[in-house]
Amino acid sequence: MSWFADLLGPWRGFTVTWRQMFKPKLTTRYPKEKRVKPQRFHGRHTLNRYPDGMEKCIGCELCASVCPARCIYVRGADNPPDDPVSPGERFGFVYEINMLRCIFCGMCVEACPTEAITMTHLFEMSVSDRQEGIFTKDVLLVEPDGTPNHPLPDTPLIDIKELRLGDGWLRATAPSGRAEFEGVEAWSPSARMGGLAPAEPAQKDRNATDETGQPEEGTDD
Amino acid sequence: MEDFIVAAVKTVIAFALLFTVVLLLVWIERRIVAFMQNRLGPTRAGPLGILQTLADGMKLLFKESMTPDRVEVWLYLAAPIMALVPAVLIFLVVPIGAPITIGGTEYTLQVTDLNVGVLYVLAMSSMAVYAIALAGWSSGSKYPLLGSVRSAAQMISYEAAMGLALVPVIMFNGTTSLAGIVEAQGATYFGFLPAWNIVLLPSFVVFVIAMFAETNRAPFDLVEAEQEIVGGFHTEYSGFRFALFFLAEYINLFNMSALTVVFFLGGWQGPVFGPTVLQWILPVIYFFAKTFAIVFLFIWVRGTLPRMRYDQLMGFGWKRLIPVSLAWIILAMIAVGIRRFGLPWA
Repeated sequence: MSWFADLLGPWRGFTVTWRQMFKPKLTTRYPKEKRVKPQRFHGRHTLNRYPDGMEKCIGCELCASVCPARCIYVRGADNPPDDPVSPGERFGFVYEINMLRCIFCGMCVEACPTEAITMTHLFEMSVSDRQEGIFTKDVLLVEPDGTPNHPLPDTPLIDIKELRLGDGWLRATAPSGRAEFEGVEAWSPSARMGGLAPAEPAQKDRNATDETGQPEEGTDD
Repeated sequence: MEDFIVAAVKTVIAFALLFTVVLLLVWIERRIVAFMQNRLGPTRAGPLGILQTLADGMKLLFKESMTPDRVEVWLYLAAPIMALVPAVLIFLVVPIGAPITIGGTEYTLQVTDLNVGVLYVLAMSSMAVYAIALAGWSSGSKYPLLGSVRSAAQMISYEAAMGLALVPVIMFNGTTSLAGIVEAQGATYFGFLPAWNIVLLPSFVVFVIAMFAETNRAPFDLVEAEQEIVGGFHTEYSGFRFALFFLAEYINLFNMSALTVVFFLGGWQGPVFGPTVLQWILPVIYFFAKTFAIVFLFIWVRGTLPRMRYDQLMGFGWKRLIPVSLAWIILAMIAVGIRRFGLPWA
């Protein structure tokens, strides 16, 4: 009877396609329907602030040096003493990411010592000009209230709540370099407004003392 | 003069009908195949995406029709037209409804009723191979050439099986006119079973299989096998010249489904009742319902079966289909002889 089974074999495929026709469809009708993105979604970057509005970026350029696509350009500058942009000596004066080259690997996020750069759930980054593909600091920096700057304020595609959530970046090493977290895996609460306390809260004070003390060596000339 | 006007009106209606149906057909196929693959298919253009084909057509119309450097220009330009014309011509002899009588004059719902309709249909469907072969050859590129060589071999071998499958139909109905064949299927067996030619089951099966090969569709779409030879014969075509090939392919699909209905499923025959207008419309509805059932079969097969290998295709055509149809012709011949002259020993 095996010849009979052989004869029926090809026909069984027809029942499969017939059954599939009545099953629910997997398509997400994209602009109408929004899919909840995974927590660790690698979307467009954002530059975060501390809750007091200070920028987290200290212009150290670690993100730029670790970037495999060489798409980040950072220039640091000394903080103006009377109106500091970031807590610390230096801040990211120029911060540009060439989104045409970025591969969204997230190594910049991993490298950042202050969690200044994290990734959002924004993924609609089409541009009409190659020059627009270079995202500058005014695009990347979050609003003073912690909302990532996004180009389409009021479309159903942008879910502000979702954007304000942490990106769930898994810190494999100690957040902010604190020794007690060495080797402890932890969910970073840092995203956007930075629920994490500033890494070294005394830094501002120390800044004040530094002005009176000796300037550190190895700084820019 | 009146004949001329009637013929002109019929031609225009047939033409419009054919192209409307084809627009729908592409959409139906994309939707059904998508559903079989757990997708939605086109949904944006118009309600349920029904205008998708129109949008695609417009796009192709505005795209550049490139002519590569090494083509044989005249044949290259003529091939798309040669593909479309026979496809449209076939539909002219297909009766899509019962004859209607207005003011004492009877109008048939087909553009013309050729008394050699079957031969005409076979001739026109064979013409399609010229378009494909010439398109592939004149493109001056290797993939189209491979596609056209395949198509020539495939179409010739399946053409034979297709013609042989129709011989019992002609013997049974005693006519080669398409209207006559449909008319002959109007009778009933035992007073209720419709006397459709589907009783010639082997013929039907062979015809349907040959039809798949004739229209270059899955599982016999070796001519344009994307995974092997890019686009086959239409690799070098773009813009509206490509659209003409595409159109011809779907017109052929509809034609072949319509012919299956005419030859085997009783054409427009079906239970007719009610007022005169309903009696005109119902046969047309029956015809299109049956035709779209066959179209669905085409799509279902495309969604299910993988492409056959080239040697399997040739082997299947020459070693299975043709012997089967020859044997069936002999059997049918005996049956027809008995029906007409009685049993030899009686």
